[in-house]
Amino acid sequence: MMASQATTAVIGGGLHGLACALALAVRGQDVVVFERSWVGRRASGATAAGVRTLGRDPAEIALSLVALERWHRIADLVGDDCGFHGSGQIKVAENPAEMESLAERARLTRDMGFDHEELIDAAELRRLVPMISPHCVGGLVARRDGAADPHRTIAAFRRTAEGCGVTIREGIAVTALEPDAGGWRVVTDAGTWQVRHVVNAAGAWGGHVCRMIGEPIRFGYKASMVFVTERLTPMIRPVVSAAGRTLSFKQSSQGTLVIGGGLQGSADLKTGVTQVDFHALAKGAQSARALFPAIGTVQVVRAWAGLEGAPADLLPVIGPSVRAPGIFHMFGFSGHGFELVPVVGEIVADWITRGRSSHDIGAFDVARLSL
Amino acid sequence: MLKPDLLIVGAGPAGMSAAVVAARAGLSVMVVDEQPTPGGQIWRGIEANAGTARGRALGAPYLSGLATVRAFRESGAVYWPSTRVWQIEPTLRTYVTGPDGTLMIQPSAILIATGAQERPAPFRGWTLPGVMTVGAAQILLKAPGTVPAAPVWIAGCGPLALLYAHQLVRLGGAVAGFLDTRMPAPLAGAARLAAGAVLRSGRELAKGAYWYADLHRRAGRYVRGVVDLQALGTDRVEGVRYRTADGRVEEVETSLLLIHEGVVPELHTARSLGCQTRWHAGQAAYVPVLNEWGESSVPGILVAGDAAGIGGAEAAIQRGRLAALRILSRLGRLPAGQEGAEAACRKALARALAPRAFLDRIFMPRENVFLPDDDTIVCRCEELRVRDLRGALSCSVGANQLKAFTRAGMGPCQGRQCAYTVASLIANVEARPMGDVEPFRVRPPLKPVRLCDVASLAEEAAPP
Ligand SMILES: Cc1cc2nc3c(=O)[nH]c(=O)nc-3n(C[C@H](O)[C@H](O)[C@H](O)COP(=O)(O)OP(=O)(O)OC[C@H]3O[C@@H](n4cnc5c(N)ncnc54)[C@H](O)[C@@H]3O)c2cc1C
Ligand SMILES: Cc1cc2nc3c(=O)[nH]c(=O)nc-3n(C[C@H](O)[C@H](O)[C@H](O)COP(=O)(O)OP(=O)(O)OC[C@H]3O[C@@H](n4cnc5c(N)ncnc54)[C@H](O)[C@@H]3O)c2cc1C
Repeated sequence: MMASQATTAVIGGGLHGLACALALAVRGQDVVVFERSWVGRRASGATAAGVRTLGRDPAEIALSLVALERWHRIADLVGDDCGFHGSGQIKVAENPAEMESLAERARLTRDMGFDHEELIDAAELRRLVPMISPHCVGGLVARRDGAADPHRTIAAFRRTAEGCGVTIREGIAVTALEPDAGGWRVVTDAGTWQVRHVVNAAGAWGGHVCRMIGEPIRFGYKASMVFVTERLTPMIRPVVSAAGRTLSFKQSSQGTLVIGGGLQGSADLKTGVTQVDFHALAKGAQSARALFPAIGTVQVVRAWAGLEGAPADLLPVIGPSVRAPGIFHMFGFSGHGFELVPVVGEIVADWITRGRSSHDIGAFDVARLSL
Repeated sequence: MLKPDLLIVGAGPAGMSAAVVAARAGLSVMVVDEQPTPGGQIWRGIEANAGTARGRALGAPYLSGLATVRAFRESGAVYWPSTRVWQIEPTLRTYVTGPDGTLMIQPSAILIATGAQERPAPFRGWTLPGVMTVGAAQILLKAPGTVPAAPVWIAGCGPLALLYAHQLVRLGGAVAGFLDTRMPAPLAGAARLAAGAVLRSGRELAKGAYWYADLHRRAGRYVRGVVDLQALGTDRVEGVRYRTADGRVEEVETSLLLIHEGVVPELHTARSLGCQTRWHAGQAAYVPVLNEWGESSVPGILVAGDAAGIGGAEAAIQRGRLAALRILSRLGRLPAGQEGAEAACRKALARALAPRAFLDRIFMPRENVFLPDDDTIVCRCEELRVRDLRGALSCSVGANQLKAFTRAGMGPCQGRQCAYTVASLIANVEARPMGDVEPFRVRPPLKPVRLCDVASLAEEAAPP
């Protein structure tokens, strides 16, 4: 049987795979995306969709700031504002010791030459978040941060990618990658494709794809949980986290409270089944209540856990494979990759089409995880 | 953490009967039910109503529940009323919230005996205040002093609608009109089923026939062959417009419209655990896949009663007992002298189920219960109409993606109200059989729970 052809195959129909496919198509490539289940089924559909530069690992700050500017003009890229609003993200201090740690963080980023994180006192905190508990003493704010609507974002990226000629094949898993004259044979459970390049955007399964090309890595995963309440009248605009707690708290445009922050459920990578652990989630509910005492009687209506790949240093893998020419990685965003969606795909597309990118991605090299 | 041998969710006929068998045999049994008293749907409020005029008006099958409730009370099973199960993990760890707060329970086996829910049957105007289900109205009848003051209009079909009308009249209420949406059953098949049914359960059928006759006599109006409905009004219901099979369209005024299109198993609990389900074409419903003991595809999870497939109270009792016997034998605790018990249950179950195929056939819902017209609201929580969903369906596949695109099923009812309609729409648009369409994934909690109740769990010791 003749293999079907494309210039580049993207493994994974999450937001990063879609964004990369779009960037490649814009650069004139013929692209096919393989998605085992359906577009957005995994981390990208489970995400809390916070657009956060605040508190990022120093290695990610520069990249995240580029991404942030694109979020503010996201409609230029995908023809829809994706429900993004830049109402800020705030990390709250509940006592002087926490305030001091935030001040230290602010010094660190300033010394690196960044000015997106700003220390605020109790009065400014209350102005930004009137319903915050009175015991909070201040915070660190990134005023241009915000949040978007994940499903609108997925729909917009999908629509734009398809509009630019990307082929999306859902319900098809890539099972093997075989080197071939001038490229790769992509073996799937629905036939074989012949391509020149392969993008590994397989999220939690990024390590599996690495194994397919003989590039085993040290790689783990997270099963972060989120819960959502009934709809309430608008009461809070910024996304709130806490210096001393695992918490992320925001109100969606539908009025529901979306509460997460990285509390861990459990998951089985083989079956893809995730499990919410309410005993662990209780800590998140307790934290939310500590910062917002008024919400105790609000009804929790949904909770879930989403699977996401995570190396030990919680930084993504971005860039060319060191062992297999023609393979490019972009996975393992460790629970904070939504913010980076508008930029990483372009970087990888530049690597594929021009052999380089203007962004420094040294910290994300796959070699650091080699076994 | 509490560690009973058996946790039973639901104190209706199935749950109580299982509890009696298991507790008498010496198992530690916990029964949790969100109602304040035992009895389930059919025998709701029986302890308060027995011996009263209301109890008598509700009828003999209602009063017959008292014996089961008494046996249950005396069985030694620990009973937690007003307590809601809102999450069960595959490890069987269960989360409940009741008068004593929120707790985790770690049983060795779980029996889901959560009963039925009324079939969601959206039509134009069904979300207007003043439109309610017959089941909800019947709950009021079983509580003190709540017979509707004005004569009511009832629309729909199914035994419960008839029973309600009958009970209402006996309690001094009045039926202004009954819009019968039952489809004329294909005679040959129905007659064959009827013959079989009459042979084995003539009494029940005679009772049903009597309710029908009684309704004909007592209802202000009785309209046969209603194929379409619309509740009229702006802020609340003011009337109903209906169309009959022969094309007649009429309007009547009413401030209360009761609606009922049969019942379907409560499947949320089983599905949240990943129990396999299948489409039961005869009942036009999803049912759990169970063996002859009620064991589901998930180890340690059994299902009995109407949650296992609609069978009515007597079948629920027998299925509850069979499940309890199975759990006893699995735990090696089956007492001596129980050899005949299984056979007796199976015989009684077969008898109870004898008229079912006939009832399912004659009360098969009309087509637009599944496929309402474009203007009809499907998802009441998110106010989505058929039109919105059809639009989204043209560019996505499957119920879960539809949910992501439209938010259908993401509200507080967790898709209980729209899952059937959404599955039917998908089947229709993609020309697939219902059995091929996977309904929404169920996300916890099973029922909304207050944030403070979740938070209070943080104080409990971490489970092993
Ligand atoms: C609960 C939760 C909350 C989050 N909150 C935030 C937040 O507030 N802010 C933020 O910035 N980030 C957040 N994140 C992280 C963010 O959502 C992810 O980093 C991002 O969505 C990752 O996108 P992705 O495309 O890399 O992965 P995914 O969306 O997981 O996509 C990978 C896809 O690859 C497919 N796949 C895998 N293997 C194969 C194969 N062999 N063949 C075919 N297909 C395959 C999978 O099915 C999957 O759909 C959160 C994540 C979770 C889980
Ligand atoms: C609204 C309604 C009214 C009905 N009325 C009649 C009638 O009058 N006569 C008749 O013959 N049949 C009636 N039926 C049919 C009825 O389903 C059966 O006759 C019979 O009651 C089924 O018994 P069961 O034990 O399977 O379930 P049920 O009797 O329904 O008992 C299930 C119990 O589980 C509890 N429960 C469910 N979920 C949870 C949870 N998460 N946490 C805690 N508790 C939970 C419920 O409160 C309920 O008490 C009715 C059905 C419905 C839906």
